[in-house]
Amino acid sequence: MFRRVTVGLLARTTEARPFSTDLQAAQTVDSTFVEAWKKVGPNLDPPKTPLSFMRPRLPTPSAIPSKLSVNFVIPYAYEVSGKEVDMVTIPASTGQMGVLPGHVSTITELKPGVQSVHEGNEVTKYFVSSGFAFIHANSIADIVVAEAAPLDQIDSSLVQKGLAEFTQKLSSASTDLEKAEAQIGVDVHSSLNAALTG
Amino acid sequence: MASNAAVPFWRSAGMTYITYSNLCANLVRQCLKEPYKTEALSREKVHFSLSKFVDGNPQKPVIRSDSPTE
Repeated sequence: MFRRVTVGLLARTTEARPFSTDLQAAQTVDSTFVEAWKKVGPNLDPPKTPLSFMRPRLPTPSAIPSKLSVNFVIPYAYEVSGKEVDMVTIPASTGQMGVLPGHVSTITELKPGVQSVHEGNEVTKYFVSSGFAFIHANSIADIVVAEAAPLDQIDSSLVQKGLAEFTQKLSSASTDLEKAEAQIGVDVHSSLNAALTG
Repeated sequence: MASNAAVPFWRSAGMTYITYSNLCANLVRQCLKEPYKTEALSREKVHFSLSKFVDGNPQKPVIRSDSPTE
């Protein structure tokens, strides 16, 4: 009896465990739920579960794909939805980061800065205020931000005025919160400035 | 165990991430060129009525709005 136990244990530990980065394609139908339903009510159609309403996640391809699929969303619009591009550069909080197809899975917080989408020869640049970028193993990048504007919609005189105003507020700020707000103002306006001139 | 990462300056000043993000977004909106600026600012206007409950009874509702009321 005990020999069977050790055989069982050994078999389980030597099995290769899948890495969390090698994602399989997601299922669209919850098979365990459907089977349990059929046992209880064989004549009724099983109701749909949330899983069947979602678009399935694509499997991680074994070879590096040639294009990156980007979903760039703002609260009121899908700026870029599922577009196949060559590269995206995002303003991560650790610095400007370029994302190519086959990039390692990453989640980064974005700081106010310029994001550019490169496809062939055309480059579209946006200034993003702050948000997050999720890059998945199957070369899908999701970029979610609170506010984004193409660079030509930004008024440089307002930026200069804002920068001067916040630098002045920073020097005259008294409480920690005021200092933080003024510092944020200075950061945002100086990145706007850099985006317009750079 | 020490803290995992350097605390951002706004967090140590008592601001939450949502406040920070909304502040940044507002600053960017205010720097836009004219037709886009009014569109963006009007898009973000809110109008709601808030009433606190004391002992299971709603108190007088307070209206919070960005649009001028008559």
